[in-house]
Amino acid sequence: MDYLPETPSQTAGPYVHIGLIPRQAGFEIFVNNLGERMVTDATRGERIRIEGRIFDGAGSLVRDALVEVWQADAHGRHNHPADVQEGAAHDPAFHGWGRAGTDFATGIWAFDTIKPGAVEGRSGRGRMAPHVSLWIVARGINLGLSTRMYFGDEAAANEADPVLNLIDPARRGTIIAARGGRDGAVVYSFDIRLQGEGETVFLDI
Amino acid sequence: MRPDAEFFPRDPADHPPAYSPVYKSSVLRSPRFPLLSLQNSLSEVTGPVFGATDIGPLDHDLILNYVQSGEPIGERVIIHGRLLDGEGRGLGGMLIELWQANAGGRYRHALDTYLAPIDPNFGGCGRTITDAEGNYSFRTIKPGPYPFRNRVNDWRPAHIHFSLFGSGFAQRLITQMYFEGDPLIAHDAIIATMPDPALRDRLTAKLDLKASVPLDTLAYRFDMVLRGRRQTRFENKLQGS
Ligand SMILES: [Fe+3]
Repeated sequence: MDYLPETPSQTAGPYVHIGLIPRQAGFEIFVNNLGERMVTDATRGERIRIEGRIFDGAGSLVRDALVEVWQADAHGRHNHPADVQEGAAHDPAFHGWGRAGTDFATGIWAFDTIKPGAVEGRSGRGRMAPHVSLWIVARGINLGLSTRMYFGDEAAANEADPVLNLIDPARRGTIIAARGGRDGAVVYSFDIRLQGEGETVFLDI
Repeated sequence: MRPDAEFFPRDPADHPPAYSPVYKSSVLRSPRFPLLSLQNSLSEVTGPVFGATDIGPLDHDLILNYVQSGEPIGERVIIHGRLLDGEGRGLGGMLIELWQANAGGRYRHALDTYLAPIDPNFGGCGRTITDAEGNYSFRTIKPGPYPFRNRVNDWRPAHIHFSLFGSGFAQRLITQMYFEGDPLIAHDAIIATMPDPALRDRLTAKLDLKASVPLDTLAYRFDMVLRGRRQTRFENKLQGS
């Protein structure tokens, strides 16, 4: 049978903010700015901040990118009907998705979220270590780049993770974030390198 | 995870290569290592769910959604079509967002310094949720072409940027729509990242006189396709729904 081919991707360009995070482009238009806020007081789980910068192949800061994250809740459940894991229902106070632009001056992107729980892997492959899925678009990126961020303080779970184990040990570290702190808050630092020395492992999902 | 929730793999031939020197910005922003191929897990087959309450009643109407003192200047157009999966079925309930320059080719964006004027009544962004059959419709002003820094005399054809959500995060896609008959299409460096004319044609909206509103608004039709799920071999309903 004939299948319809996927619509070709095109770069998000330098003005992606206007459509997806218009506040950063410099104006207010929507009542509800999607993806701006990931947690409320009712959300269950440990509050964390994930932040990082993006570098190009010359080591220069990328300041015009957009990053989206998608993750499970504190118990490893996704707010989605295809998540049919046994056990508790997902946290109704956690949507699981967020988006942020890199700051035009500092190049820093950040999400205030909760640390996700471990998620069931493909059948027979054990649980996946806690992780956050990321998707990066920008001027010069022709097809959005997918990767994952794992947590540096989950050494045992990371050791057993079916995806990390597919990666050359020399490159695994590019998608494991160190746990740190600032002003009493938990911060995971996750710099992304698009190309060259220390290039982040990107995924064809 | 049930195996029938998986998506069909992405075909790289459907997309421009990451490294496309004709588009200079891609040279330093394209990974050198091959992407790591990953079979879908729950992290990829799930994704954010949106509903009508997430957006406002005028969000899809760019002629009205940023009115300050009157309506924006330019050609009034309807852009409409369907969001489909690989088997031609409509994807209902999906979030579509778009953004564009105004009729003069200028973006309402802190970093756009092109000399064409800002239109005080035009924001340049909109969004909608597809209906149960996957139909969507926006009303807007036809964007103007604009120059960009690539080769010295590079101009973007009139275009609208589209951001698409499917039901799984692996379907996430951003693209651009062009207008049938635009002479700049043949010269554009970003379109040139797709040497295959079939791909260019898929991104070109067709004039749709029947959908236009006489004496009021022209219409263009633009259908878009996201990856389908393997589950469709066995059932039509998303598992768990
Ligand atoms: Fe543009």
